[in-house]
Amino acid sequence: MLNKIKYAFSSLMLVELLKGMALTGRYLFARKITIQYPEERTPMSPRFRGLHALRRYPNGEERCIACKLCEAVCPALAITIESEQREDNTRRTTRYDIDLTKCIFCGLCEESCPVDSIVETRIFDYHGEKRGDLLYTKDMLLAVGDKYEAQIAADRAADAKYR
Amino acid sequence: MEFFEPIMTWLQHQSWWAAFILTSWTIIKIIAIVLPLMGALAYLTLAERKVIGYMQVRIGPNRVGYFGLLQPIADGVKLLFKEIIQPTASNKFLFFLGPVLAMAPALAAWAVVPFDLNLILANIDAGLLYILAMTSIGVYGVIIAGWASNSKYAFLGSLRSAAQIVSYEIAMGFALVGVLMSAGSLNLGKIVLAQSGGFWQWYWLPLFPLFIVYFISAVAETNRAPFDVAEGESEIVGFHVEYSGMAFAMFFLAEYANMILVCTLAALMFLGGWLSPLPFLPDGFPWLLLKVAFMLFFMLWFRATFPRYRYDQIMRLGWKVFIPITLVWIVVVGGLMQTPLAYLFH
Repeated sequence: MLNKIKYAFSSLMLVELLKGMALTGRYLFARKITIQYPEERTPMSPRFRGLHALRRYPNGEERCIACKLCEAVCPALAITIESEQREDNTRRTTRYDIDLTKCIFCGLCEESCPVDSIVETRIFDYHGEKRGDLLYTKDMLLAVGDKYEAQIAADRAADAKYR
Repeated sequence: MEFFEPIMTWLQHQSWWAAFILTSWTIIKIIAIVLPLMGALAYLTLAERKVIGYMQVRIGPNRVGYFGLLQPIADGVKLLFKEIIQPTASNKFLFFLGPVLAMAPALAAWAVVPFDLNLILANIDAGLLYILAMTSIGVYGVIIAGWASNSKYAFLGSLRSAAQIVSYEIAMGFALVGVLMSAGSLNLGKIVLAQSGGFWQWYWLPLFPLFIVYFISAVAETNRAPFDVAEGESEIVGFHVEYSGMAFAMFFLAEYANMILVCTLAALMFLGGWLSPLPFLPDGFPWLLLKVAFMLFFMLWFRATFPRYRYDQIMRLGWKVFIPITLVWIVVVGGLMQTPLAYLFH
């Protein structure tokens, strides 16, 4: 009975509501956590899994040896590889396609690669404007690797002791 | 305005165009009220998004213009260019009458609002009754919009909203009866003048429970959070599901116009209108602006704080809590007015 009266009184006095308003009132003056995206970015791990790239050795030779481990491991079947023997009798890819609309960015291709050829970079804000734009061919992947090699190498080095 | 009045009266005595002058002068006055009001509506939407954003530890819109100041204009242009879809099975005339009926009373009510001692469009004796009548007409916009859409969702939504608006109008009316008893007048200017004498003479203090009931009812009356089952963005559809583009914007604007109206009414009835809080400061229109802004901030604060009421809880609060409280308090006020404490209410 006494509790009921107490409850009726405090609900008439709007106690709980005022408590809630005091809380939101405090947050009105709190430091805002918004990050102004194109100008500001959140910190990113060296293990970030974004757009793929194919790397080269410092002498310009492409790393990929067409072992097709990535193609085999890819759970989304996003990678397509065709290979043949080059004139110097090494096995090389003639076709290396990644369908980014299928890719789930699990990173298994990168983990399976014995020569650190296929890697995932920090790039996440790419886009395609028409159908087929997100089907990356070997040339496009190599171009990404050439452009961002410094960052890619630095990220591998930073993560090297945990691999 | 006082400056022009003698010229106007002189012109009015010049025979044939007296009627013409009177009409155009009134139209000029109306425009002088409605245009700033429209601007205030637009920027109230920005203020709402900013305040709610800040309370949610975000920063709100800040891309269109400095501090997001052009955001309302961008929103308006977007809504203007959107297609207005008219459902095939709807009643076309009533479908478009709905938004107009929602908007028009919210603007018409401003005719009797006193902005300053003599700054008033129509100084009629039963000003408060006129305002209550006008805000009641707004509910027809809701009913007509819901019925004319010929959609079961819109129809059920309009029934819900109409019942809510009508219920809270009673509590709101009763809360204002206390003010009428204290001021002894229905004229808004006289009600304000009855509160002269500074902060502690305003009616919010002797009529505090009525003030709270009035303000909460006003929030429910305008279908604002936490009573916004009419809109209920996230889980429920309201009477305006079938509306798009500018027709929808009319309902949106009507909601905000009603917000400003009920806050102005609260400022006039309980917070002394244009009177200054301290005796040595001059009275004037800026005080009214300040008080209205203060009340509006509370409405935004409520929206940022409270979760939405369930529909049966809304009805319970209106009928079984607010109406009894106001009735009891009216009797208390009436009783106190017969005792030596009567000075509190003058």
